[in-house]
Amino acid sequence: MNDNKKYWLDDRRNIDRLYWGLVAVCVILGVADLVWFMLGAAELVHYRHVYFGWDGWINFYGFFGFAAFWCIVIAGKNLRRFLWRPEDYYD
Amino acid sequence: MIEALPPGLILILGALLIPLFQKRLQPILTLALPFLGLVQLLMLEPGVSHQLRLFDYELVVVRVDRLSLIFGYIFHLAAFLAAVYALHVRDTVQHVAAMIYVGAAVGAVFAGDLVTLFIYWELTAISSVFLIWATRTEAAYRSGMRYLVIQVGSGVLLLAGVIIHASATGSIVFGKLIGEDGLLSAASPGVVLIFVAFGVKSAFPFLHNWLQDSYPNGTVTGTVFLSAFTTKLAIYALARGFPGTEILIPMGVVMTLFPVFYAVIENDLRKVLAYSLNNQLGYMVVGIGIGTELALNGTVSHAFAHILYKALLFMTMGAVLYRVGTTKATELGGLYKSMPVTTVCCLIAAASISGFPFFSGFVTKSMVMAEVEHLHLTWIFLGLLIASAGVMEHSGIKIPYFAFFSHDSGIRVKEAPWNMLVAMVAGAFLCVAIGLYPAPLYEILPFQGIDYEPYTTGHVLTYFQLLIFAILAFAVLVRTGIYPPEKRGVNLDFDWTYRKALPAMISWVARLGGGVGERLHAGVSSQLVDRTYRLIYRLHGPTGVFARTWSTGAIAFWAVVGLFGFLLLYLWGR
Repeated sequence: MNDNKKYWLDDRRNIDRLYWGLVAVCVILGVADLVWFMLGAAELVHYRHVYFGWDGWINFYGFFGFAAFWCIVIAGKNLRRFLWRPEDYYD
Repeated sequence: MIEALPPGLILILGALLIPLFQKRLQPILTLALPFLGLVQLLMLEPGVSHQLRLFDYELVVVRVDRLSLIFGYIFHLAAFLAAVYALHVRDTVQHVAAMIYVGAAVGAVFAGDLVTLFIYWELTAISSVFLIWATRTEAAYRSGMRYLVIQVGSGVLLLAGVIIHASATGSIVFGKLIGEDGLLSAASPGVVLIFVAFGVKSAFPFLHNWLQDSYPNGTVTGTVFLSAFTTKLAIYALARGFPGTEILIPMGVVMTLFPVFYAVIENDLRKVLAYSLNNQLGYMVVGIGIGTELALNGTVSHAFAHILYKALLFMTMGAVLYRVGTTKATELGGLYKSMPVTTVCCLIAAASISGFPFFSGFVTKSMVMAEVEHLHLTWIFLGLLIASAGVMEHSGIKIPYFAFFSHDSGIRVKEAPWNMLVAMVAGAFLCVAIGLYPAPLYEILPFQGIDYEPYTTGHVLTYFQLLIFAILAFAVLVRTGIYPPEKRGVNLDFDWTYRKALPAMISWVARLGGGVGERLHAGVSSQLVDRTYRLIYRLHGPTGVFARTWSTGAIAFWAVVGLFGFLLLYLWGR
């Protein structure tokens, strides 16, 4: 079935495009937060509820999301050294 | 007339009729039952209750209020979708088990007293295990056995708790059980036992492994049913009995966090989903622990949305299992080419569970998060935020990426059967609909008049930042080759204690006992040991005095002797 059909994602260049597109979206989000922050500072809009202080930093959630994701994957990778057993371990 | 029946009973009684029908008609009956049940529910108004007198206790077999109604609605809706998904199944056992299971879960959320709750509680355990056994493999049989022991064990704890609680207070009403101080340490032993019983079913840390052990072993369609009812029944029970119990807040955060790490390294994608389920329960448990109206609304609405997107995730992985024969990430990849509709449904479920704005998880989970912020619970908030990035990792990215994208495994299969597609598309539609237009869901939440608006610019922006930067982290990790490749194997979890350590300990004790016997025989005095063995055999062997069948008269005589002895002791004690 459809064995020879070429898909859009089969082309390596399209994966690159997706990757850089993602980087661009992140930059846009960061800039949007900066703009929203400045508009908030000028009291033109309500920036966002700041409960803890640090959650009001520009792009705090972006940096936090990136760092948390990174740490989770690295921690998981290291945990595997202790927790991994062969598939028939319980048999 | 239909509204006079206890909710859930239509499903249970209907399930018993299923075997009377031809195999190809049975699935249609399983569609009709949740539909009828839902019609009945729509006729019920909050405030209705049916009582029944049993000895000295008043059983409230049915109690209808807003909390039970919303769980009733979603249970029926989930059962209907799962029944559509299982339309192709020609296995009487599965259809009967599934309908009894759903009926028991519905009955339990409408139970107004603890005894009725206990009966339904055990019925969910006994019926649902057949959805695991129906896989009909040795692994599924063993896993089902462990599941049954733990689930029935939870019921036994519940019963013990209810007995102690009832004898202490004289009440079996299932209302708020925890005191106003919210301290479990100040609660009575009966209440603590009930709490632990609920905890087992809610998959509290260290009590959680039945979930990851059994759900991946369920049948393709059975696991969809399993994912919806057992744990959410437990969440309902906690929300009813233990709102504002402080210990639940840190407990919930731990629940959101630890499965995240396991999910990263787990190879079986249905097991990843089981860990992810555990993590989602954490958010609900935190909401119950906070116990304010907004937090409880958050918990209940999150349970509602969660049942739909989690069932949808299990449906998509079920479709993969059905077509490919495995859900191991190491074997999959590139399936978007042959299962495009399943892929899109999986992506929608992934976006919903991750809490992307405009999808269902966003409008529900954020209520719990908002209350954590209002109360300035800094560490709790940070924990939940890390867990949110974790959800993005395991359910948002890992599931769709490794099944449908990643490297092309070369597997070419047919798209899922039409009935599976209908169920998945309907589930996906609901995930988006709730996200875009949450008002109808908010209207049926237990507490009314709570002002909550998820769609503020600041809020939407923060969630997009959190999640899209997390995706960026994934992209960078994969591109740089740091992301760990999938690997066949199992990962040790707490079930190691009862699957490895305990059996090893038992055989060690047995060996020790055998050794002692032999040493006694050889070292002390073989004659003495032999004589002891002979004596024991004479008394307890097939013809021994203690093995004999006693006549009623003899028993009556010895009973009288015993009672007389007791009387003498009593008089002497005075």
